Amino acid sequence: MGTRECKHICGESSQGIGEAGRTGEWRSARPVIDHDKCTPARQNKPACFLCWLYCPDAVISKTIPVQINLEYCKGCEICAQVCPTHAITMVNEEEFSS
Amino acid sequence: MKRSSVLNVADRNASVQILDGNHAAAEGAKLSRVQVVAAYPITPQSPVTETLSEFVEEGNLNAEYVAVESEHSALAVCTSASIVGARTFTATSSHGLAYMHEMLHWVAGTRLPVVLACVNRAIGAPWNVLNDQQDSISQRDTGWIQIYARNNQEILDSVIQAYKIAEAVYVPVMVCYDGYILSHTEMPVDIPSQEDVDRFLPPYKPHTTLDPAKPRNYNLVTLANPRVNAEGVLCHGYMEIRYLLQEALQNSRETIARVGQEFGELFGRSYAKMFWEDRLDDADIVIVAMGSLAMEATVAADMLREEGHKAGVLGLRVFRPFPKSDLVKALKKSRLIVVFDKNISYGLEGATCSEIKSALYGSGANAVVRNFIVGLGGRDVKARELADAVKKSLSSMKEGVLNNEYPEWICEI
Repeated sequence: MGTRECKHICGESSQGIGEAGRTGEWRSARPVIDHDKCTPARQNKPACFLCWLYCPDAVISKTIPVQINLEYCKGCEICAQVCPTHAITMVNEEEFSS
Repeated sequence: MKRSSVLNVADRNASVQILDGNHAAAEGAKLSRVQVVAAYPITPQSPVTETLSEFVEEGNLNAEYVAVESEHSALAVCTSASIVGARTFTATSSHGLAYMHEMLHWVAGTRLPVVLACVNRAIGAPWNVLNDQQDSISQRDTGWIQIYARNNQEILDSVIQAYKIAEAVYVPVMVCYDGYILSHTEMPVDIPSQEDVDRFLPPYKPHTTLDPAKPRNYNLVTLANPRVNAEGVLCHGYMEIRYLLQEALQNSRETIARVGQEFGELFGRSYAKMFWEDRLDDADIVIVAMGSLAMEATVAADMLREEGHKAGVLGLRVFRPFPKSDLVKALKKSRLIVVFDKNISYGLEGATCSEIKSALYGSGANAVVRNFIVGLGGRDVKARELADAVKKSLSSMKEGVLNNEYPEWICEI
């Protein structure tokens, strides 16, 4: 069977899981926030937000409490590195897969 | 000539005006209800862009006229507009067409039904603004359908048909006509009514629909081999997409003939054939040429007939797709074929001649073929010169050489 079945007449593709920005299944570790340690949540004030500032994918919200959009988070760990209160820890994805 | 009732209706609505070729092209685009025009002025095409911008400015054409900074951008605008569903038109000449070269490939590869009027002009070096057909012949391998008009009526008719052809087969169409000889020469042109053109030409239906709810990526980097997409469907590699372009051009012959026939039924001027014939029925000498040059050849054929030679003319109208088998049928009775080219593939011969010979290969035809390069850079082509070239070919026939190594030039070197 040839490629005519796709019915395209020029170069065409549709987005799959993990394409067009969505991370899909390849992230090896995800950031988990402990809101008892996170400054904005603990003080109920718009403060710190260093994770929001440094996130290269802009998936962290500048809200109280801070939220991370895991659909787009690549698991780069920068948020965990910059957090002054060590509120963010990286947890291996395998722990969520079951 | 028998006239149908349909034709009579169309006749009443048409009006004859004295138009030069550039205005005929602009009228054709207007009647085709183009929605986006993007063009950059260049001699001798400039009046096309001026006329269209006037139409838009005066409110006689409901289109977006995009003033661009180059021909490359002009065709890039047409590409984008066409893929989102607008009927688009552009026009250029010579260096402008050369500057579009990359985008010509993009338009054809994306299978967008853009129509381009190419006002044939010589290309540098050295600088020259006058006519020959080197510009569009140099673009013959970009995957566009190429139509060459012989007079201003054919320019207007071809632009309208070009949209119907392009939008049926999703291949862009270049309507070529000789600079000055047609572009700046006025002649009577029968302008069909908008109502009749609307009956002939349905609205454009794009082959793709851009919808944010169903995102698609077009013209992505496509690898050599086919790949399975996100839905598990095996999609074309680069080569399959290119195969489809060739297949579309091959199959477009039927569409061109059907559209030309329908045009004839409605407007009384049939374009069912890819070339026109003048006195081929009894001719054993056939002159082959494209565009207005073929009209000049009919005068040469008159002269040759007066001198007792059975000469006829084959005016090639559609150069791509090349009508191989039809040409073979039309040429099978000829013993001498003289091809006049206003272009040359340097190091070989005129493009039309090469392709006529390639069509004849294996057909059993045993005609002598002679090629003359004429009219480059606006050099005047006289009917007498064409007739003399045919007579020179008749005497060289006696040497028994069917196929000469190189063409002859009609110039003063």
